[in-house]
Amino acid sequence: MELSVRARILDGREMGWALARMAQEIVERNQGAENVAMIGIRTRGAPLAWRLARLVSALTGQEVPVGMLDITLYRDDLSALGPAPIVHRTEVPFEVNQKRVILVDDVLYTGRTVRSALDAVMDLGRPAIIQLAVLIDRGHRELPIQADYVGKYVPTSLQEVVAVNLQEIDGSDEVLILRKQMQGGGQTV
Amino acid sequence: MFRRKDVLGLRDWSKEEIALVLDTAAAMKDILGRDLKKVPALRGRSVATLFYEPSTRTRASFELAAKYMSADTVSLNASASSIAKGESLLDTIWTIEAMGVDVVVLRHPVPGTSLQIAEHTRMHVVNAGDGAHEHPTQALLDMYTVRERLGRVEGLTLAIVGDISHSRVARSNIWGWQKMGAKVRVVGPPTMIPVDIDKAGVQVYWDIEEGLRGADVIMGLRIQLEREARGFFPSFAEYTSFYGLTRERIRSINPGALILHPGPVNRGVEITDEVLSSANAAVNEQVTNGVAVRMALLYLLLGGGQGDGFAS
Repeated sequence: MELSVRARILDGREMGWALARMAQEIVERNQGAENVAMIGIRTRGAPLAWRLARLVSALTGQEVPVGMLDITLYRDDLSALGPAPIVHRTEVPFEVNQKRVILVDDVLYTGRTVRSALDAVMDLGRPAIIQLAVLIDRGHRELPIQADYVGKYVPTSLQEVVAVNLQEIDGSDEVLILRKQMQGGGQTV
Repeated sequence: MFRRKDVLGLRDWSKEEIALVLDTAAAMKDILGRDLKKVPALRGRSVATLFYEPSTRTRASFELAAKYMSADTVSLNASASSIAKGESLLDTIWTIEAMGVDVVVLRHPVPGTSLQIAEHTRMHVVNAGDGAHEHPTQALLDMYTVRERLGRVEGLTLAIVGDISHSRVARSNIWGWQKMGAKVRVVGPPTMIPVDIDKAGVQVYWDIEEGLRGADVIMGLRIQLEREARGFFPSFAEYTSFYGLTRERIRSINPGALILHPGPVNRGVEITDEVLSSANAAVNEQVTNGVAVRMALLYLLLGGGQGDGFAS
């Protein structure tokens, strides 16, 4: 698929501000960080979970445990014919029972990943509450799922792709909107 | 990328394919450690086990792997089905296929049966042992166990001890371990080692002390009881005295080696109780890891392990 950059909607500094604000909101809504735990949805939700955990810890002085969730085995499209992703490990090194779990992902789009993540977390135990934090909400939901904490709302078209680049994985922090190129014959690929 | 329709043997597998299975199995092993050992990945898929030979662990392992992945299973015994009425293997396969089964796990006494069947069915065929030819999932779980315990397979030396000639486990392990960059030795009486096996790149030892010295992993093979009667060795006692994996032998030659055995075990013949219960042995881990590896294979066969998915 050919993609071209349409806009840069967050640079590294702006991403930092957005995450700092989200951390502040997490502390306010949970009245501190007692029993709060972050679970990042692989791939890019994981480093974002670590960053939010550090920010919340800095605000409260309390340690915030961090886990990583691979939702591949919970996807609702595995039974369809065609390729499915490589499975990575789920690493949640704490009991989720009675925890205030904050699921973290980079982009909220159809909501299907979050639905899968909810199932995966429920299989690990029974949290007291599950909240959702996303860096970008791009709309186009297919399920009744909303985020509790959003870094930035970005209205997009279905012909666009939101690319979140993170220092830990991609070498730099930025969020881009990419547009799918129309090929000859007017076909979108 | 995993693009195979079937799992028939490791002889033509690449290092990358083996590594993908082992990596995927690591994620599956985590599931086995949970209170709730079930994921919905293969909901709506079905797996049939069709065994023409006795089996406990392999069959149970495949069935549990399928169930833990939410697939439906059906278990067919050759002795208690239409096979006993004279139905051909191919007719049985087509019958299972007509019922909508996605994966058939086949164990058969004739070498090459799985390969032959795979060409005539749209189902995914998994070879759970075909005569003395191959047992690929056993070799994969052996490699997984070693990688989990020792951190790698590449660069290690494996010594396989026992009846190499009649062992599908040995063949699959020889090809699999070599693909992963390990050295393989075979150790046993000349009557139980194929004449040309050195052409497969393995070192042959008739003397167990030489064969075990310096090996990182020692794999004992089950001595099949009918071999004694056919004159491959004089008696079980003599086999044990020359080739048995005893505590004294392991201690004096190679006390740090990891000990594997594919099971079932003839206790006191090819391996003693003390060795089986020692910290060196990973026999129970092999059984657990067998489920994880088979979960990984079922997932990969049914479309997993390709691409990165999508942002949603």
